[in-house]
Amino acid sequence: MKSSVIIFPGSNCDRDMDVALTKFGFKNTMVWHNDQSMPKSDLIVLPGGFSYGDYLRCGSIASKSKIIKSVIDFAHSGGLVLGICNGFQILTETGLLTGILQQNKYLNFICKNVFVKVKDKKNKFFKNIKKDILELHIAHNEGNFFCTDDELKNLEDNNQIAATYCNSEGLENDENNPNGAIKNIAGIFNKNKNVLGMMPHPERMIDKYLSGEDGSLFFENLLGNMK
Amino acid sequence: MTQVTEQIAIEHGLKKDEFSKICKLLKRTPNITELAIFSAMWNEHCSYKSSRKHLKKLHTKGKQVIQGPGENAGVIDIGDDDAIVFKIESHNHPSFIEPYQGAATGVGGIMRDVFTMGARPIANLNSIHFGSPQHKKTKNLLRGVVKGIGGYGNCIGVPTIAGQTSFDESYNGNILVNAMTLGLVNKNKIFYSKAAGLNKPVIYVGSKTGRDGIHGASMASATFDDKIEEKKPTVQVGDPFTEKLLLEACLELMADNSIIAIQDMGAAGLTSSSVEMASKGNLGIELDLSKVPCREQKMSPYEIMLSESQERMLIVLENGKENHAKKIFDKWNLDFAVIGKTTNTKKIELIFENNKVAEIPINLLAENAPVYERKWKKTKLPQKLRLNKDNFKSLNLSDCLKKILSNPNISEKKWIWDQYDHTVMGDTIQKPGGDAGVVRVHGTKKAVAASVDSSASYCFSHPLTGGKQVVCESWRNLISVGAKPIAITNCLNFGNPEKEKNMGEFVECVEGIAEASKFLDFPVVSGNVSFYNETKDIGIKPTPAIGGVGLIKDYKNMISMDFKKIENSIFVVGKTEGHLGQSIFAKDILNEKKGPPPSINLFNERNIGETILALIDKKLIVSCHDVSLGGILPAISKMCILGNKGIKINNLKGLTNKYEYFFGEDQARYIVEIPKDNVQKVIEILNNNSVHYDNLGVIQENQMNFNDDINLPIEELANTHKYWLKEYMNN
Repeated sequence: MKSSVIIFPGSNCDRDMDVALTKFGFKNTMVWHNDQSMPKSDLIVLPGGFSYGDYLRCGSIASKSKIIKSVIDFAHSGGLVLGICNGFQILTETGLLTGILQQNKYLNFICKNVFVKVKDKKNKFFKNIKKDILELHIAHNEGNFFCTDDELKNLEDNNQIAATYCNSEGLENDENNPNGAIKNIAGIFNKNKNVLGMMPHPERMIDKYLSGEDGSLFFENLLGNMK
Repeated sequence: MTQVTEQIAIEHGLKKDEFSKICKLLKRTPNITELAIFSAMWNEHCSYKSSRKHLKKLHTKGKQVIQGPGENAGVIDIGDDDAIVFKIESHNHPSFIEPYQGAATGVGGIMRDVFTMGARPIANLNSIHFGSPQHKKTKNLLRGVVKGIGGYGNCIGVPTIAGQTSFDESYNGNILVNAMTLGLVNKNKIFYSKAAGLNKPVIYVGSKTGRDGIHGASMASATFDDKIEEKKPTVQVGDPFTEKLLLEACLELMADNSIIAIQDMGAAGLTSSSVEMASKGNLGIELDLSKVPCREQKMSPYEIMLSESQERMLIVLENGKENHAKKIFDKWNLDFAVIGKTTNTKKIELIFENNKVAEIPINLLAENAPVYERKWKKTKLPQKLRLNKDNFKSLNLSDCLKKILSNPNISEKKWIWDQYDHTVMGDTIQKPGGDAGVVRVHGTKKAVAASVDSSASYCFSHPLTGGKQVVCESWRNLISVGAKPIAITNCLNFGNPEKEKNMGEFVECVEGIAEASKFLDFPVVSGNVSFYNETKDIGIKPTPAIGGVGLIKDYKNMISMDFKKIENSIFVVGKTEGHLGQSIFAKDILNEKKGPPPSINLFNERNIGETILALIDKKLIVSCHDVSLGGILPAISKMCILGNKGIKINNLKGLTNKYEYFFGEDQARYIVEIPKDNVQKVIEILNNNSVHYDNLGVIQENQMNFNDDINLPIEELANTHKYWLKEYMNN
């Protein structure tokens, strides 16, 4: 399977994502934001970081970059797109995903392990995943997902909520909501569920010497579903 | 143009006799631009005029040292052509005036020092010190500094893996912010700041030059008074995004052989970078200041030379490589300008709008800078504490432990490190909160451990002992994670060197550092001196911060301090005499601030440290923690809390006084966890190496017990330990 990771000026999880994808068997290519076209890919990843310094608004300048048109076309044609952290922010700015990511409720950057509950398995990203609750890692200042009541209703009605923050038992409440996201939302899909944006970083959880191994589950499962 | 007078020179921070020396050396009165250059190069921050003589005493050589002090950062060999570039630097004065930007640009500056040498930064650390928690400024300063450090490091994408935070009223008017960075480089591809060759193009890259930070280096060379708010414009403003681009662009250009020399524009900006490159290469340099990319209009040569705008580099390129280099900087959207060339005049010559605006022989700025032999006073070893132990009878061991665990200097600092990205780059295998942070050397079996330490009360009480102690503490912290200590960097934070007492503290701390680092073969490879940490005549306690770096050959052998398994044995390795002078127990419980710090026995320190490393290498112990501030009981508590396990403490034979034993701060001690089957082997090794140990107890479930004195659930200890800072910051 071929994957492409886009490097924007200010991306800083691009290498980590490359390491993870390669480790689990993707043939990965790094793509520069100023390139006109995408190489042939089965999966496009927008990595974490601070694209264009996150000036103006997180992800906003990246959503107008040269390469982004081919990402949008790819998504519209049904291609798999994954946005992690800043990548999620960029996807909401492009309109591929609903809602926005505001500053964390307690106004601080947060870096720690969290648990998320997988809310929908009828999609390429989470179908067959062995666990319902994953331990993943977050590191962000603007991860507080917000949308209008109508948008939320649509997300719920179409099962577009991908994952929610919870505790190790799966309890989704304020105490287990690290950033104040509406309904504890950690990640969402587009309507066709070929585009996933989420704040947690699976690429930081791919070996037992790091924060944990649930990221490995995510990537192995994704590759399995794509074959 | 302004006519330069003695008064103007004084306003630039120069002393009367320094100004007359300048006139004598130049054989004329300098113009205002030249005066600016002298004031920037001759201030304490850049010239080390009070410290230079004493810094020579430091032990700086070793088998693994590739580059010692004198470059942008130190470099050590970690095998297989890999080298670690590292340094610590202060940004104290700016952080007190403007905590967010001061701390942020401190982090930015030290990262530039590291990638200037061709290394990709792989870890950040920091040592930050604030006034009393009750002081009205402390909370905001802490909040701003932590946000600034995080704001910069997080954006660049370099993990902040460890740090140290302390509170002491001596920092009420002068906080300390020391930032440290480690970078990884191929040892055959290290870049230096020494220019070479004539008529080589001098290139300016990075951000544009603005009016920010003018006089920053002079500000850092003076004490504070009531008007400090007026100094806000001397604080630089950071842009981590540009630094990230600069980092990537520089590393891309460094992949081939285009660069002869490179130097970041840090303190005193264009002035010190150009003078240093020329001075090291024994060359001259000619710059056309009209070609410097400026952010603001009508900037004068004086302003351009003194600006401390961030994220800028000066490069001497090979001839003909200009277009190749420009392409790379264009790709990253950074300014690029050829602004001058190297010459054989051994002078710095500045042109502006076709006029020569300055001409100074380089040696007057560098070698002829003043060196002072400041007077200093020795600090006598304070008398041993004579405590009336009858008073101990009214104490309760559990209450004392809980009070110490919630002491601001002992309590957990999770509120801080949760705000630092400590996992980006995917190689952090020991996160903040342990004895040292550990990152893997990407793509190899190796890992690098780093820790930053300081002990201001020890240094204040007896600087010579304190200086030794900090080096030993750093050594122990590295050993406790299974790393072989290799080298250190030091950030020497002191008061006013013109005062004999402060100067004496500096001299004796340096002597202590030198002695310990020599004995432990733990050389100093880089560092920085920050004097004048004084407000309205009140100086800080002497605070040398030591950043230590060590190597773990196989990262799978790294260990941590959290207790692992019920029924494993717990030993205290090293002898406990029960030294209470300068301990947290003496200060917090007995309200006794006198007494000497614990003494240092370097022989024991080395012998015990090497024995612990042998135990780790042979996989005989499964957790380890050095005993430092607070003594044995707080140390064990942390191990219990992190592992969520309890301990049954043995009824120790021959225990003279339980308070002295459990809260004494004797040095060269570690607590180790030993699986049952290994106990005999461990005892054998300890005996063979003549290392004293106490069999302290065994791990049990969730409860700490000691006779009738302690019967505490670990959860209660955890609550006491974890919540002080969070509560403090949220109230």
